Amino acid sequence: MKFSVLAVGLLAGGLASAASAQDVLRIATEGAYPPFNNVTADGELVGFDVEIAEALCAAMERECEIVAQDWDGIIPGLVNDKYDAIIASMSITEERKQAIDFSAPYYSNYLSVVGADGTTATLEKLGDVSIGAQRSTTGSQWAEDTYGNRADIRLYDTNPAAFSDLSSGRVETVVADFLPAAAWVKDNEGFGFVAEKIDIADQIGIGVRKGEDALRDDLNTAIEAIRADGTYQTISIKYFGIDIF
Amino acid sequence: MYQDLKFWVSDTICAGLSPISGPLFAKTCSRFIDGFLVTTELLALACGIGFFLAIALTFARVSGRSVLVWPAQIFVYVFRGTPLLVQLWIIYFGVGSLGEQGLGPVLWTFFKNPWLVGLLVLTLNTSAYVSEIFRGGLANVEKGQMEAALSIGMPWLRAMRRIMLPQAIRIAWPAYGNELILMMKGSALISTITVMDLMGQTRTIFARNFDLNTYLYAAILYLVLAACISVFVAVMERRFRRSVGR
Amino acid sequence: MEQINTVLGPLSFGQGGWGDDLLNGALLTLQLALCAMLAGLVMGLGLAGMKLSRTRMLRWPAAAYTLFMRGVPEFLILLFVFFGSDSLINAVATSLGFQGGYEVPKFMAAVAGLSIIFAAYACEIFRGAYLAVPSGQIEAGQAIGLSRSQVFFRIRFPQLWRFAIPGLGNLWMVVLKDTSLAAVIALNELLRIAKLGGETEQSPLLFFVAAGALYLMMTSLSDVVRSALERRARRGMAGA
Repeated sequence: MKFSVLAVGLLAGGLASAASAQDVLRIATEGAYPPFNNVTADGELVGFDVEIAEALCAAMERECEIVAQDWDGIIPGLVNDKYDAIIASMSITEERKQAIDFSAPYYSNYLSVVGADGTTATLEKLGDVSIGAQRSTTGSQWAEDTYGNRADIRLYDTNPAAFSDLSSGRVETVVADFLPAAAWVKDNEGFGFVAEKIDIADQIGIGVRKGEDALRDDLNTAIEAIRADGTYQTISIKYFGIDIF
Repeated sequence: MYQDLKFWVSDTICAGLSPISGPLFAKTCSRFIDGFLVTTELLALACGIGFFLAIALTFARVSGRSVLVWPAQIFVYVFRGTPLLVQLWIIYFGVGSLGEQGLGPVLWTFFKNPWLVGLLVLTLNTSAYVSEIFRGGLANVEKGQMEAALSIGMPWLRAMRRIMLPQAIRIAWPAYGNELILMMKGSALISTITVMDLMGQTRTIFARNFDLNTYLYAAILYLVLAACISVFVAVMERRFRRSVGR
Repeated sequence: MEQINTVLGPLSFGQGGWGDDLLNGALLTLQLALCAMLAGLVMGLGLAGMKLSRTRMLRWPAAAYTLFMRGVPEFLILLFVFFGSDSLINAVATSLGFQGGYEVPKFMAAVAGLSIIFAAYACEIFRGAYLAVPSGQIEAGQAIGLSRSQVFFRIRFPQLWRFAIPGLGNLWMVVLKDTSLAAVIALNELLRIAKLGGETEQSPLLFFVAAGALYLMMTSLSDVVRSALERRARRGMAGA
């Protein structure tokens, strides 16, 4: 008996919660993409994206709630109004633009190939070795588009899982965004960048639902504001030692 | 070589299907069929090897010698008592994290390969469940037959293999058929350890187009596989019945 | 406590340790399994009713449903429900003239996904249990002049449970284990916590084995309860 009450309570609570939370800006991040966003042992979200989100909220003078959402479901979740914006180092791509809108970019990115020292892979020959990447990222999509869907491309649910298989030697290379790759290479001796960097004209923006133009404009203004007052640079230097805008 | 043959098969099937398939399916057909073949192949191997492993396990469990009984019982208990996904992740991410230093070069060549790890876990998992099914079948074979066989001087193992086991399998066959279908459904989990089976391909396609129809196409392919398994089980069952009548 | 925590290492309790997080995960696993099982039982009863009915219009959809659910991987259904439930609810809401923007919490999506799968299995169990009531009893009931609904409520229904209990016990074990699939949709149940812990502490083997041990404890405990229930259900049953 007690359990059926519990179930009904959950049903009612779950369906009601979304509509009432209009004033709080709900922001999703992945929480598995250090140093941009990850979760500590105490369940706290930290990282560059998280601090940028907090700075943007301060600049917009809005109350924000930041939630973790796994990468595969992050765009469907936005489309279905689970939250209002995605600040999760998401590249602005044509495919994604068909589903959601983006703010102006808040940093630029290019892809890089990481492997053990001594690996001699060139971009032409990368299709012959195993390539690890996170599923549904620009990295995995670039690999699929370049080497075809029958190359040995291993897709992982998170970025650390791909790097962990690289460090154990299970995959020979990992294609990932440059900055998190650089952070990982710094902590892992014996690994480095093994091919020239890949410029895919990749810019990172904030995802918003289609048609939410007011929110997008507010976010764009806020990005300019935190650039102008130096908040952005402080956060960027704290994480990367350079301004990554 | 073999890989090329599989690709050729899948391209031929897709070419054949192209007049009747919708635009979404036509675009992703080779991915779906590639995955379908990987799933089928893993399933056939896991169930084939698992079948014999299950027989060995069952014999160990009813052998009456505690050196054999206990390890086999514990094996079956652990594999039936924990989720398949946990078993996969323990062995792929857990044991795999020990790397070449921890496992040695020979074991590492095995654990390095996600396909082989997937095959290993599926095989061990199904053998535990199938062993339980066969044991149930054995319990329903009349005990007197075993006693009769032993009394005419037949060794234990041969009596089990020639007299008890065939009857046990016949009794347990419908339950075994169910387990094959359950195994097929469980095999979708190997997509979480980077194997590009039907489910892995499906998730990759959905990650790009966000179209829920992708899952419907995959469901249809899984249903086709389930239907094939059911037909196989039914055909075998009819053969058993005929051999009993003889 | 200090000493225990030193032995446990990253699995210790309290701040910085994952022991309490894992136990919370196990608790969520149990809640998920209970909710999915209950919802699955209710739906399963309804489906069994449809399947046993005399109208084709009811029988066929139920048969198609169980066939579909039993032939398609649980993982696929769960992902479909997880990604599809929001669009479905919002489409229904907008078509009824409400404003969209409803969300289905992950927990609800997981319960919905798991229960629609297990309803198909529960349906078969109930149907089997219904047909297992010996026809002699039904005839006896009719002979002493009971109406059809009296036969159902006084003879069939009370016995449905005792015939269904072994099957339902098995089903509970399957539900309990299949809750682990919810880790893939990022619900913080036991396996997902173990994965996060293993990634953060860089010792996935320790964390996954710990999770496995907790699952084994839960299934073992369930097994004890199940045997007790089965013994109770068999009381006074002929030939058992």
